[in-house]
Amino acid sequence: MSEKGADEHYDVVIIGCGMAGLAAGIRAAMFDQRVLILERHNAPGGLNSFYFLGGRKYDVGLHAVTNFVPPGTKGAPLTKLFRQLRIPADAFALAPQRSSRIAFPGVDLRFSNDISLMESEVAAAFPHEIDRFRALRSAVLSHNAFDMDASPVSGREMVGRYLEDPVLIDMLFCPLCYYGSARENDMDWDQFTIMWQALFEEGFARPLEGVRVVIKALLDRFRAVGGKRRMRCGVRQLHVEGEKVRRIELDDGSVITAGEVLSTAGLVETQRLCSDLPDTVGADNIGRLGYVETITATDCQPRELGAEETIVFFNDSEKFHYERCEKEVDPRSGVICFPNNYNYAEGAQLDEGFFRVTALANYGYWKGAPEEEYKARKDFWYGELQKSAGRFLPDFDLDGLKAHTLDTDMFTPRTVEKFTSHLGGAIYGAPHKSKDGTTHLENLHLAGTDQGFLGIVGAMLSGISMANQYCLRR
Amino acid sequence: MTKEECKKIVLDIIEEIAPDEDLTNVKSEVRLREQLDLDSMDFLDIVMELRKKHNIEVPEADYPELASLDSCAEYLTPKFNAVSA
Repeated sequence: MSEKGADEHYDVVIIGCGMAGLAAGIRAAMFDQRVLILERHNAPGGLNSFYFLGGRKYDVGLHAVTNFVPPGTKGAPLTKLFRQLRIPADAFALAPQRSSRIAFPGVDLRFSNDISLMESEVAAAFPHEIDRFRALRSAVLSHNAFDMDASPVSGREMVGRYLEDPVLIDMLFCPLCYYGSARENDMDWDQFTIMWQALFEEGFARPLEGVRVVIKALLDRFRAVGGKRRMRCGVRQLHVEGEKVRRIELDDGSVITAGEVLSTAGLVETQRLCSDLPDTVGADNIGRLGYVETITATDCQPRELGAEETIVFFNDSEKFHYERCEKEVDPRSGVICFPNNYNYAEGAQLDEGFFRVTALANYGYWKGAPEEEYKARKDFWYGELQKSAGRFLPDFDLDGLKAHTLDTDMFTPRTVEKFTSHLGGAIYGAPHKSKDGTTHLENLHLAGTDQGFLGIVGAMLSGISMANQYCLRR
Repeated sequence: MTKEECKKIVLDIIEEIAPDEDLTNVKSEVRLREQLDLDSMDFLDIVMELRKKHNIEVPEADYPELASLDSCAEYLTPKFNAVSA
């Protein structure tokens, strides 16, 4: 099978060793296909990886595994995922959240993994909207977001057919946008319903040891079914002849061939690897939304400083602005996460406290800043974001936080781009997705963020369904 | 192979791909989807296991033949016998 000049041939080559790539790899390898996963970075996990700094392990992206349901829940995405990968339902060791909150000026909506809390909060804060809220919920639950042929509809437009109060609408969009929208000030209705399900109907959970528990379970399974992977080895170019990828040229200069190529690198990122397309292709479909995140490690638990909640989505303005910011960072809205505040089994707890704050950021600024300025502005914005978040944590002792701080870190869109190769540091990828995973080539398909499923569970289900469709069904 | 043996093979496959399902009272004549929590992804796995373990090919157009244990037996038994012949 091997073409002349190629070193190796595989049935399936997967670009990217993140959640989608590993899940796809497991599916194909389970049924005896020869599978190779290529990853440019040295660590697996992609957008949900982890790193070591100052002797501490940090998760990169993970605030929460969304789509959490108790093991055995019929028909839920998480249940399907374990079944398809044939991984035991307790393999990710997920512990459910305590409770979370959406905090806007003068109004809060608490929510948990039981939707009835949110419903009663809406009834209390927006009594004039509660019937319409219930109607919206019914519409969300009955929508089939996986109809590959449906054309994209604006989520704002659809929600606007049910709800009237612009504050409630913004409050519902805030967490859903922050946890997965690549579109400014909106999301596709399909994605709105997927995210609603993932955040409000199902909910948040986290393994005590963080995202590496999930990654390790996937790596173990991939190895057990005979999959191979090559780390620190990206793809330099996909050589196209006719309508197919014929040869895959790697960063180290070697060349391999594959029957099917599944790319989790992103839509535009993948197009730009193809020898038949100009390397400026897709300029209008690069994600415009970048993010910064501050991380503070403390020698005490967050609850000792007055923080009991798991995640708080905040916004200080009359309108919620989910858009590329003009400044370096937009501190008006963001997400606060306390990874300690999950109900870990048997009262287990992280040894140290963690406090994370995420906000929108301008990629162009952070990418272009000279090194010294970059560091100085990181320090400045670290302080600003603590202050901004503090406004929405009335019981949290910010001075105490300083006294108990062991170490801090902050990542910017530049960091994200460097470690994930996602253009513009856009963690949620391209605004226009390829829902059926197809590209302009017959044997090249997309999985992961730019195929349109969201969150960690979504990414894995994307890998599973694209492998099913393009590696197994044929 | 008999049709009963064929049903046993299908049930063994379902047990492997959906270990959380209770298979003790599955009725042969009733559609599997009505008795068990199986979706199209699970049916794909039944097909993939038939190929992997038993060298039996089920083209996508024939997936409806796998609706119940009875219809599985009707459809698959001749295929098993052809493979082993």
